[in-house]
Amino acid sequence: MLKFENVCKRYPLTGDVLRGVSFHLQRGEIAFLTGHSGAGKSTLLKLIALMERCNSGEIWLDGQKLSHVKDSQIPYLRRKMGFIFQDYKLLHDHTIFQNVALPLVIAGYGHQETTRKVRAILDKVGLAGKEHKLPLALSGGEQQRVGIARAVVNKPPIIIADEPTGNLDPELSEEIMRLFEDFQQVGVTVLVASHDIALIERMRHRVLKLERGQLFSV
Amino acid sequence: MRSKKRRQAQEVKMPRQAKRIRQEGRQNRVAGGGVKDKLIIYKDLHIRAWYSSLLRLGKTPFASAITIAVLAISIALAGSFQLLLINFQQLAGNLETSAPISLFLRENINENRAQILADSLRKNPTIESVQVISKEQGRALFKTFGSFGAAIDMLDENPLPVALEIMPKNTLHDNGQIATLVNTLKQRQEVDYVRMDMEWLQRLQAMMAVAHRLFAVINALLGFAVLFITGNTIRLELNSRQEEIMITKLVGATNSFIATPFVYTGFWIGFFAGVLARIIVALLLVPLSGPVEELSAHYNSNFHLLSLSIAESIKLIFMSALLGMLGSCLVLFNQLQKTNPQ
Repeated sequence: MLKFENVCKRYPLTGDVLRGVSFHLQRGEIAFLTGHSGAGKSTLLKLIALMERCNSGEIWLDGQKLSHVKDSQIPYLRRKMGFIFQDYKLLHDHTIFQNVALPLVIAGYGHQETTRKVRAILDKVGLAGKEHKLPLALSGGEQQRVGIARAVVNKPPIIIADEPTGNLDPELSEEIMRLFEDFQQVGVTVLVASHDIALIERMRHRVLKLERGQLFSV
Repeated sequence: MRSKKRRQAQEVKMPRQAKRIRQEGRQNRVAGGGVKDKLIIYKDLHIRAWYSSLLRLGKTPFASAITIAVLAISIALAGSFQLLLINFQQLAGNLETSAPISLFLRENINENRAQILADSLRKNPTIESVQVISKEQGRALFKTFGSFGAAIDMLDENPLPVALEIMPKNTLHDNGQIATLVNTLKQRQEVDYVRMDMEWLQRLQAMMAVAHRLFAVINALLGFAVLFITGNTIRLELNSRQEEIMITKLVGATNSFIATPFVYTGFWIGFFAGVLARIIVALLLVPLSGPVEELSAHYNSNFHLLSLSIAESIKLIFMSALLGMLGSCLVLFNQLQKTNPQ
């Protein structure tokens, strides 16, 4: 599903951030990406999301070489990924329904299909009945569940989560991770960048550790 | 035993679901069914963008009103110049056609033959009226020309020929048409000499051409002003919605998807500015029309200030909305290329 082959990323001011990173995530696999601040976690996620391009090596996503993707094709490729952020990145002047429906509207689904899919996913993440509320009316855990619903509503084959439990207490963090496991059950690949060592140990999934730009599998 | 069966069923089910997810992933480029469905969705997207951009303008009424007012003043200036030109043209048309053509007939043509000629000329569709001026009337008229007029009394007989004064139709607006009429008249056997002050007409028409060109340049400059003001408004709107744009890009929106509501914002700004400009132009005429008509009455003229017609008003509003959309596009595609998720 996701394959890094000897990937290097260098910035003019900071030098090498990723050095010869290689790993392979199978379809339906969950992996944690961990490491200290500045180890290159965010850069690695940016390379997958095509916010940055690597200097050498190759990244494969769902059988597609990312170095061959033209700028005009990036939006279509991003529809194959679901992004989840520590700060949720919700549109605060949009309702929960509108936030979750956004990827479907962009992908060109009709009104009925969108409504059906949004209701189903909100039900799945435990937010049924709250679709007309604004994000700020919800708790942190609920906002993150809205973020997750938005990430998976279009059924992307891969979910990229950047510190999704960073602002949540341990109980809510585990709840969120259980949701990821549910998606894994239906073949979705999940890559979670996290600092939360306790959570990583509790969840017992594959761990990719970045140290000074180099990757170690734990 | 039962749990083993359930696990086996789940194992069978999982790859199927995964296959469905893969297929849907491939469809993501454009979801939906056939061409008809896609057209319906495309239409829905535009209706949504059209409506949401209007609502968004309403959310910031003061800022929107200021922008629309500034644009409306620029467009009203352009509209006023257009109106000035229309009225100037009307006035020039009156002056052009108010210049009579004098036909001096040959010496042997008496009043009866002059009357027959006048009757025949009245049938010409480009002639408004024909008046026969007899020798005696000509003499009386000549005497009115100050001290020089008295000279005619010193002669034994009246040397003046019978003349015709012809007033062309007011549909003749250019030199070419009037010159054609003059040439036609010259070719008549009875006519000795035709007089018309064409130079005066040519000067007037040259002045009209200069005015046309000048107003076209001023209107083009005002058009650019509308373009840049709308572009700047959209640029500020884009800056205030950076976060939203980045999130939308991250979930797979194309630049054209993001741009659509902003283009409609430009449309609405231009449209409302056009409507307001039309109202301003109409209001400008109110204090002017009274004094102009009074002045016109002093010159025995039936000149009235013309306002923009319905077609011209629609054209003004349409151009304004079009400039609004163009101004948005000018900024959008450049700015959106530069805005990338961080």
